[in-house]
Amino acid sequence: MTRIPSWIWPIVAAALVFIASRVVTNEYYVFAGYVVLQYVVLASAWNILGGYSGYVNFGSAAFFAIGAYGTVVLDKLWQPPLVLSIFLAGVVASLVGLVTAYLTLRLRGVFFAIATLALAIVLQTLVMNWDYVGGPLGYYCMRPSSIIGFPSYVHYLFVVMLVLALVAVLVARAIKLSFIGHGLAAIRDNELAAECCGVPTLRLKVFATMISGALMGMAGAPFPYYITYLDPNSAFSLAYGINSIAMPLIGGMTHWIGPVIGAVLLALIQQVATVTISSELNMMIVGGLLISFITLAPNGIVGLFEQYRQRKHQCAGR
Amino acid sequence: MKQGALLEATSIRKRFGGFVALDAVDIAVRPGERVGLIGPNGSGKSTLVNCLSGAIGSDTGTIQFDGRAIERLPAHQRTRLGIVRTFQIPLPFASMTVVDNLMIPLRFAARHRPGTGQGDSELEKALLLLEEVGLREKADALSAGLTQVEMRKLELARAVAARPKLLIADETMAGLSNVEVDEIISLLLKLNNQGIAIIMIEHIMRAVMAFSQRTIVLVAGKKIADDSPDVVMNNTEVVRAYLGE
Repeated sequence: MTRIPSWIWPIVAAALVFIASRVVTNEYYVFAGYVVLQYVVLASAWNILGGYSGYVNFGSAAFFAIGAYGTVVLDKLWQPPLVLSIFLAGVVASLVGLVTAYLTLRLRGVFFAIATLALAIVLQTLVMNWDYVGGPLGYYCMRPSSIIGFPSYVHYLFVVMLVLALVAVLVARAIKLSFIGHGLAAIRDNELAAECCGVPTLRLKVFATMISGALMGMAGAPFPYYITYLDPNSAFSLAYGINSIAMPLIGGMTHWIGPVIGAVLLALIQQVATVTISSELNMMIVGGLLISFITLAPNGIVGLFEQYRQRKHQCAGR
Repeated sequence: MKQGALLEATSIRKRFGGFVALDAVDIAVRPGERVGLIGPNGSGKSTLVNCLSGAIGSDTGTIQFDGRAIERLPAHQRTRLGIVRTFQIPLPFASMTVVDNLMIPLRFAARHRPGTGQGDSELEKALLLLEEVGLREKADALSAGLTQVEMRKLELARAVAARPKLLIADETMAGLSNVEVDEIISLLLKLNNQGIAIIMIEHIMRAVMAFSQRTIVLVAGKKIADDSPDVVMNNTEVVRAYLGE
């Protein structure tokens, strides 16, 4: 029997999600699904640096906001097609990643995390004082007219985010399985030993930060059209920073599928909670889940699954 | 550069704030040579290893390796050229299996050297190395679960996987029993037989005497002796440094 390569599954899943989005009659599901997919991108992107190499980035919101505000600037200039905004957001965010990497990656552990947190705060302050994009008042972003072949613009945004999620997952998977992922794992275990084994640690970390940042920026680019009104508080929301750490942690950081599981699970719970209970409850749910996973299952859902499989394997061996 | 030296470091200096850890140290190693490096605690042995391997930069001084100036190269490039070190406290990649530990230098260092592309696959090479150090049965075990002596062997195997021309073994035997010390010495001799030059940093005199062809003594950041082990042991300065007046 030939083994089915695992990259098939994300594609199959994306195709099924697309079909489902066309079948459902209530557009709210598409609207909510967008957020879930956005978190699949953010969590997968965060995990490339944070999960694989162990460098915890608290500044996801900064990269996300770069994408969102990039779209705002372009929207004011000449309203290019969204795909172009996303591409440019990826380029700019990866460059910011490059600069951040050179400035901060010599810092280890908690110091790196604090530096990335500072990045988000510095950028937010800059945007607050930048009148061109609306400053603290924000910016109204008119959705362009509907795109041919899509029932509505929200459907279009949904499909765009679906494609981005697919790209992010496939990129994260490719990195994990390549020599880069192997080198990043060595860095996570012990950076000095990795360097002395010939791993170009600085170059790999810079690469991971750039790819991770680019994907986060791309996830932020469609956001102004989705939300139609963008202000610094929503673009730099604490939720992005916290969720993109919590999701890989809950799903499992050592496997590329972990962030996807975590993102789908957590974002769905948050969406349901927002509608049925209150939107304020979200962060409490995240906090509660985070604490229980860190104490009970530090390797996330993937870790639990692997433990189960190992135990079964051992029993079968006896 | 001296005729035929593999490594030649001249007047290496390193200060940490006001503390002079290395004060104009010269060290040369010929291809295939076995050198012992000894000295009291805090004499600068590990700092010298760090400066040679690139883990930290030296303040001044030049390092020639295999005809190239390497003092400005980062550690991973020195490893790729063939200076490979082990750590005093073993630093295994704890989340990986034993065999995956060896795959890192095989993929990142050995691959960059000419003449290593053909023949066995990397996995076969890794298993062969584990066979050589006696860790073959542990190949698929997590490296975090190894015993002390097994970790030292893994540390050595991982260094050898990078295909060194010069292996710097930093206190590979600290805390091991006599039998285990002998095991590691014979392992190092076996590697030396394959043409690898070795600098052995050690506190265990018996091991240094048995192993080294030449012994270098560091005291307070200065090299005070550099000769055959017998001569060094009878050097009055060395005796004074170790035993006091």
